[in-house]
Amino acid sequence: MRKSLLALFGVLVLLMAACADDTAEDPIADLEDEDADEVVEDDDDEVDEDAIDPEDPDTIPDDAVEIFSWWTGAGEEAGLLALIDIFEERHPEYEVVNSAVAGGAGTDAQAVLTSRMQAGDPPGTFQIHAGRALLDQWVAADAMEPLNFLYDEEDWWDVFPETLLELTTDEEGNIYSVPVNVHRSNVVFTNVAAFEDNGLEPPETFEDFVAVADELEAAGVTPLALGDNESWTLLHTWETVLLGATGPDLYRDLFAGDADWESPEVVESFERLDTMLGYINDDHAARNWQDAAQLVAEGDAAMNIMGDWAAGYFATDLELEPEVEFGWVPTPDTGGHFITVVDTFGLPEGAPNREGTIDWLRVLGSVEGQEVFNPLKGSIAARTDADVGVFNEYGQSTFEDFQDDVLVPSLAHNSAAPPNFTEESMTVVVEFMSRRDVDAAVGALQQASEDYLQ
Amino acid sequence: MSVEAMPQPIEGYEESALERAPVGRKRHRIPRGVERAMPLLLLLPSVIAIGVFVYGFIAWTGWVSVSNWTTFVQDMSFRGFTEYTRLLSDFRFLSGLRNVIVFTILFVGMCALVGLLLAILLDRQPWGQPIWRNLFLFPLAISFVVTGVVWQWLLNPSAGVNILLDQLGVESLPMWYVSTEIIPGWQWGQIEVAIPIALVAVVLAAGWQMSGFAMAIYLAGLQGVSEDLREAARVDGATELEIYRRVILPLLRPMTITIVIVLGHISLKTFDLIFVMTGSGTGYVTDVPAVYMYEATFRANQFARGAAISVVLLVLVIALMAPAVWARNKSEEGARE
Repeated sequence: MRKSLLALFGVLVLLMAACADDTAEDPIADLEDEDADEVVEDDDDEVDEDAIDPEDPDTIPDDAVEIFSWWTGAGEEAGLLALIDIFEERHPEYEVVNSAVAGGAGTDAQAVLTSRMQAGDPPGTFQIHAGRALLDQWVAADAMEPLNFLYDEEDWWDVFPETLLELTTDEEGNIYSVPVNVHRSNVVFTNVAAFEDNGLEPPETFEDFVAVADELEAAGVTPLALGDNESWTLLHTWETVLLGATGPDLYRDLFAGDADWESPEVVESFERLDTMLGYINDDHAARNWQDAAQLVAEGDAAMNIMGDWAAGYFATDLELEPEVEFGWVPTPDTGGHFITVVDTFGLPEGAPNREGTIDWLRVLGSVEGQEVFNPLKGSIAARTDADVGVFNEYGQSTFEDFQDDVLVPSLAHNSAAPPNFTEESMTVVVEFMSRRDVDAAVGALQQASEDYLQ
Repeated sequence: MSVEAMPQPIEGYEESALERAPVGRKRHRIPRGVERAMPLLLLLPSVIAIGVFVYGFIAWTGWVSVSNWTTFVQDMSFRGFTEYTRLLSDFRFLSGLRNVIVFTILFVGMCALVGLLLAILLDRQPWGQPIWRNLFLFPLAISFVVTGVVWQWLLNPSAGVNILLDQLGVESLPMWYVSTEIIPGWQWGQIEVAIPIALVAVVLAAGWQMSGFAMAIYLAGLQGVSEDLREAARVDGATELEIYRRVILPLLRPMTITIVIVLGHISLKTFDLIFVMTGSGTGYVTDVPAVYMYEATFRANQFARGAAISVVLLVLVIALMAPAVWARNKSEEGARE
């Protein structure tokens, strides 16, 4: 009996093996299998610097301090590497892994991060914009550790502006991340020569914009450069138009779910966007934000609405001189208002090397760290006691505005709304781009507001 | 993958070795009970595995799609069919659906035509036939990700092929996959039922990769056509063209069906090529449901919507594949009779 059972088991094993062979003989399965084999081979690679893949936690050494971000552009990568240098100098005992996921102003990194957090494989620390992206997502899911102790130890409570800290603090007063920098999203970058040659001034209001754009067009210069190959740039453009049409109070109420998205001001914002899109370059779909900024740098276009990482791109990558070769003004009707995009880093629950990660956060929040990082990145320091002298003309003027202006969070960069609403509004503006249907746009936003904001 | 791989028709295949094995002879020492239970025992592992990993997860996805799970925090309470009704009027989803159907038709059509042409040429034994055959098959070994990256460079409007076209004096250079133009069709609800130009670039890349597959299948078919048939046709006074049209093509019907089934389901579920090469594109001209599903789920945390899109995709694949599978089974039966 026992023998026959054994035999049975043996047959079973053989049969399973035979089944496996069968699929290999199937010509089609065989053809498809080749892809799968390649992937398996990749997994077997030894862990070394080149093999590190942010999407695959197995390639990351257990005791390393893993820094997850989407800083892969020239200026921002230089800033990050400078920060890592400081950290390695202070703490040679840790191994640092720089996990940066390129693409889409962080939208691709967001997807990778979500799948890793879902799988219970958090990186040591990750870049996250202050605001709803952090609070409604990771904090709500109890995935983050409060950092109040770190703020106490480092005396950070008073060195950051209160409005900034509010963006990373939950209702119980727990703070969850350390702000590294502040970007402004509502900026029009201009080609100084294009304006001077035509005797024009950069526009302050929307009427100015239309008047100036008409003259530029007549002079043969593309008035507005847009690169919406990655759709977030379109959402970014619209959010600045929205703020111009609504003003900061209604803007905040809208995202708090307290105001009507079908109100005349929001309708106005889409009508203005429609007008603006009449002045853009023909090949907008083929360009990303750098390509669009390049049009302005080379004088083919006069204006570009972009966050001030573009200032870093102009100054660091293209080596243009602020105020001489490129200029800037707040986007139409948003003078005195400042849409903030704040990069922060937090401490996930179950972070692999907790001590090392906390030491990394100390470097991020330090004056030294912020003064080294921000000039390279083209942003300003989140700490108000940083030395303003380390910034170029652009940074200095923004640093001043930051102290005086009304601060509101950015939608396109996941601060103003949770990710589900942000994605929905992205769909709305992309659809608007091809259909130009204002009613459909505000209707969809109102629906999304009822679903996700209220 | 192997779950979907169809067993291939093999000439002369009639019944399996198991069926042919003599049953109940004396030399079997396995007790009757065990013997009866044997088929069940043998099937059990794969039944359990398929039950859990295929049907179990399909059911789970179905459940998620009608749940309230629309943030990162899991919420499995029942919400109803809201996501499905939304998808019916969702500009992005409908655009993606249009694109994937257009893409499937163009892609399968291109592969079948190019594959057939290559197979006919190779079947005539040109000089270096084995070299050509392997050359056309090589792209199959590449993953769609690599294909996507390479063709993205080749068809970049300001580089690659366009530099060549420019030097040849072509006036208006094509925008390839970043074109937002749509060949006019008719308005259907929110979207235009038409062919987005940008998809043509993607079809070129996908067709380049998979035409070799169609070629291999057709070549096998052509080599199975006996020389006698051709001879007989020639004796009857048929020209070479007529032989292909009247004799060989009808005989290749089962091959065509196989190609449509295999490439069709790959194409309907396409994700990697689009994701790497073009993304969803301006105005969603190159979006496909699979990319929307990924972004809705992992970028927007709208898990319910992502699940609803997957379910629709599944139904779509079944709806388009069932007739093809049925047709193949029928033609197989016809072949056996």
